[in-house]
Amino acid sequence: MKRFWMDSILPFMLLVAIGVFWEAAVSIWHIPSYILPSPSRIILVIGERWNLLVANSLVTLGEITAGFVVALIGGVALALAIHSSRIVERATLPLVIASQTIPVFAIAPLLILWFGYGMGSKVVMAAIIVFFPIVINTVDGLRAADPDTISLLKVLEATPRQIMLKVRIPQALPFVFSGLKIGVAVSVIGAVIGEWVGAREGLGYLMIHANAQLQVDLVFAAIFCLSVMGVTLYALIGLLERHVVHWRGA
Amino acid sequence: MLAAETVQVPLLEVEGLFKGLHKEDGTLEVLQDVFLEVGPGEIIGVVGPSGCGKSTLFNALAGLIPIDRGRIRLNGQEVPNIRGQVAYMQQKDLLLPWRTALDNAILGMEIQGLKKSRARKEAMEILKFFGLEGFQDRYPHELSGGMRQRVALMRTILCRKKILLLDEPFGALDAITRLMLQRWLLRVWMRFRPSILLITHDVDEALILTDRIYVMSLRPATIKRVVPVELERPRSATEKPLIDRKAELLRLLEEEIVETET
Repeated sequence: MKRFWMDSILPFMLLVAIGVFWEAAVSIWHIPSYILPSPSRIILVIGERWNLLVANSLVTLGEITAGFVVALIGGVALALAIHSSRIVERATLPLVIASQTIPVFAIAPLLILWFGYGMGSKVVMAAIIVFFPIVINTVDGLRAADPDTISLLKVLEATPRQIMLKVRIPQALPFVFSGLKIGVAVSVIGAVIGEWVGAREGLGYLMIHANAQLQVDLVFAAIFCLSVMGVTLYALIGLLERHVVHWRGA
Repeated sequence: MLAAETVQVPLLEVEGLFKGLHKEDGTLEVLQDVFLEVGPGEIIGVVGPSGCGKSTLFNALAGLIPIDRGRIRLNGQEVPNIRGQVAYMQQKDLLLPWRTALDNAILGMEIQGLKKSRARKEAMEILKFFGLEGFQDRYPHELSGGMRQRVALMRTILCRKKILLLDEPFGALDAITRLMLQRWLLRVWMRFRPSILLITHDVDEALILTDRIYVMSLRPATIKRVVPVELERPRSATEKPLIDRKAELLRLLEEEIVETET
């Protein structure tokens, strides 16, 4: 209980303190709201533009979720292939790692060109970003199985398939979840960048649009929605992890 | 109760077993001309100094590593190794943390293709015998070290093999728990009558449990001496004939220590 108190109340108090300071700073130095809106004003805007924000949040959330699912399926599949074949490992792993040196910003315009202004290009963008942590973590997880346990199964005449299903995959699950947690944070970035470069809807689009019209309070409201979305997704994955990897936490 | 009857047809025979570790700068001989014999229902001990290659012998028998030379015979038939005919247990319990005690115990049966429901039913029947009644749904992290090792022992028995390879099965336990588990192993042996090949560096353990002890030398490991125990079970570490044999065994092992120091 004390732990819970420390973990949740302390960050919240810090957040409130920052908010108070921010509010005070804006009113003391008369900062115009098109430069830096006060927290109270942002909250007000969130209330006023609620429908607009929710509609655009859902678009971005859809892109993130779809990208996530694509990356999860593709990433785990590639990790299994890398694990079970030396040739696949040698061929793909260096490329997967090298691909990380290409900034997603740089290829965003190309993805818009190829996959259009709609959701498709953002899904691809989010998927590309999430793909890497999932592949790397899953490969590590599949390798993490205790060699003695593998020996035991071999002595019991287990087939490679049985070893995979009964030992390696369950063993890899906590690693996959670590990958998902890293992925969830970056997937938000991927989708928003995609929307910045070219879109007709979504929170990224809303931000660019509002910024151009000097509606900085709306920009902040969109950022708020994004962070709520990110934190919620992270918490959901944590919850799922505790349920699936139940043997770990206790 | 009597000691196991002396061998008619050996269940397992090992003869002239050689195994080296091949490195760039030559071969390091690990096992040299190792021999042993396990009769049906016998408990056979292998003792030797740490790192002498006892586990290498087990891994070779289990087919985890190939042998260089030598003959392994099972029921008189020459075989490359005895994989598939043995169950195997180590110092580490090797329980899968995501499986309950019961599901860990049935791992071997599951691998053999038995239906989970049937395997579970069969396991439940002997759960009490292993002192695990009421703990079947616990996960390994919820069990004590002694209980975990009993689950591992149960898993080993439930593989339903004629030969058990036990590699220092109680080595990681405290002295009291170890004594308890040794008794447990004897009860298990009396009920299921498997042949057991037991590696240990605990001389008392070998004397209390086994019919015959193969004493190994330092690397390259050879069989230095075969010490028959052949006393009635259950035995006590304090009885005279046991103490005599213990003195002999310790003398043999001390020679190995002296050799390392020079």
